[in-house]
Amino acid sequence: MYVAVKGGEKAIDNAHRLLASTRRGDPAVPAIGVDQIDGQLGIAVARVMAEGSLYDRRIAALAIKQARGDLIEAIFLVRAYRTTLPRFGYSQPLDTDAMFIARRISATYKDLPGGQVLGPTFDYTHRLIDFALETDADAPEAPAESNEQPAPAPHVTALLDGEGLIERNPAPAVDAVVGDLTREPLSFPADRDLRLQNLARGDEGFLLALGYSTQRGFGRTHPFVGEVRFGEVEVEFFAEELGFAVPLGRIEVTECEMVTQFRGGAGAPPQFTRGYGLVFGQSERKAMSMALVDRALRTREFGEDIDAPAQDEEFVLSHSDNVQATGFVEHLKLPHYVDFQAELGLIRTLRAEHAARRAPDAAEPAERREAAE
Amino acid sequence: MNAPAASGYNFAYLDEQTKRMIRRAILKAIAIPGYQVPFASREMPMPYGWGTGGVQVTASIIGEDDVLKVIDQGSDDTTNAVSIRKFFEKTTGVATTTATGEATIIQTRHRIPEAPLTEGQVLVYQVPIPEPLRFLEPRETETRTMHALEEYGLMHVKLYEDIARHGHIATSYDYPVMVAGRYLMDPSPTPKFDNPKMHRSAALQLFGAGREKRIYAIPPYTDVVSLDFEDHPFEVNRFDTPCALCGASGVYLDEVVLDDRGRRMFVCSDTDHCETRRADGHRGADGDATP
Repeated sequence: MYVAVKGGEKAIDNAHRLLASTRRGDPAVPAIGVDQIDGQLGIAVARVMAEGSLYDRRIAALAIKQARGDLIEAIFLVRAYRTTLPRFGYSQPLDTDAMFIARRISATYKDLPGGQVLGPTFDYTHRLIDFALETDADAPEAPAESNEQPAPAPHVTALLDGEGLIERNPAPAVDAVVGDLTREPLSFPADRDLRLQNLARGDEGFLLALGYSTQRGFGRTHPFVGEVRFGEVEVEFFAEELGFAVPLGRIEVTECEMVTQFRGGAGAPPQFTRGYGLVFGQSERKAMSMALVDRALRTREFGEDIDAPAQDEEFVLSHSDNVQATGFVEHLKLPHYVDFQAELGLIRTLRAEHAARRAPDAAEPAERREAAE
Repeated sequence: MNAPAASGYNFAYLDEQTKRMIRRAILKAIAIPGYQVPFASREMPMPYGWGTGGVQVTASIIGEDDVLKVIDQGSDDTTNAVSIRKFFEKTTGVATTTATGEATIIQTRHRIPEAPLTEGQVLVYQVPIPEPLRFLEPRETETRTMHALEEYGLMHVKLYEDIARHGHIATSYDYPVMVAGRYLMDPSPTPKFDNPKMHRSAALQLFGAGREKRIYAIPPYTDVVSLDFEDHPFEVNRFDTPCALCGASGVYLDEVVLDDRGRRMFVCSDTDHCETRRADGHRGADGDATP
């Protein structure tokens, strides 16, 4: 006999306890340390910081541990923590020209001021499972680093800009306020600052697929990697009471500048256009995808036709956030039985009426029909 | 059971500045009944789709003297209702209840309680898709213009096409309503059975959509009319049997599958209503079962 369902509260408590012990795994195996995650799963930590919109390696590493390695769950934990933090103000724009470069490559020039710096990259490795890592006998030695002051590495786009070959980045208006979609709801059409913020927080996989689609003809932009650079940059904050900017510390970022499809015509000489990507930590895939999508979203600005998904700002910006997306997709697991009951009632009514409509013709040859069945 | 509020967080989780921002949006929503007010929705510690909009609205209006009731599918004991009620117990320490009459704030997903609400009560709805025109027009830029111009022909055409195809308006929940004769509004996916309860309700009805960043409201005693046609008047969902536990008719019922041979049982979706009736001595066909 059915009795009204009770015991949800106890079941939830037990489920949480089970989750906690499953997360920990076999107690005979040492627990993974937050410093191990930070130090050895650095790219996962970078992704959680980037899409969690919070530069805090320790919190991101802890979130990864708590989330059992589910990075979107970890991003969600970081977002929910971030939202409770007080907002003191906005930093000064980052000067990525002055980056302490760990890696910097250009696909448009063989050599250039500042040089090609390969840095730590998977790019040229053979993807063979390294069984030696299973035991991790000896820590690999880092190659010696030069003590020389590295040569300044101006942006590739600045080199092009010197010749007028690429569109100029518009100088920001003196009192321009940068948009912040965590403080004001997004509305359309959205300006580029908000679009870039949205993309920087957006899901790496979603942006990767969109960027890829532009390469396959759904909104082609003829991209070249002007450069990708990764390293540390200084963050400065303008302190009102001091009257000057003070450094807060350094963060790691990956920046990508795409040199894309030129425009121009009767009025203006032809010029390359730009796509821009900037992400916390080392994530070239995300920075490059972001730059491709940024350029695709500038379609309206250049008076090009909007006919591909990556060019459709409402489509891209409304669906890029993986915390929102996973929430809404997974909420289908929640009970929907009152709505489903309403649908059951409706479909039974419609079926009964359908049967009644067919009944007059079916009345006579009922026997024959039965035989046929 | 006033538990101390969770340490390290503000009363009701959100900081006071955020609450003020949300309350401004709520006030605007009350001033323009049925209009969707954009607000800077925050990330909450529960997922989008689990009621982050409703939780933010409740967090912004709840005070120490409030008594909170949380239901999902009409029940206080469904997992999500338990989880949200616990969240507020932990972050506010306010008293909670399952009795509709005792609550000052009722947060709900998918249902309106059967017992009529009274003045001073606030019903907070969790809303997944606030835009009633969304599935007819996917673009927000378009739908906002349609609302501005009061251009709702598309919805009438949709309802008409339902009748042409099925002989009925084939919308059994999420049934669109006109609020105060001006704005087309989505009642959140409550079954259309509940639509008439919104009409001139004595309670304040607030709707929060977290992921979509919208808040809207129906002030007390506001006209809320379900769309229909003269020859196809609006009808609520009907049930052939009364509640098997408390014998109530004219209430919304859950269908409970008893076995794999087609046996079914229908019981009140509003568990508080059912329990109250049974405590008052009402019995249904299977009413001997004790809760």
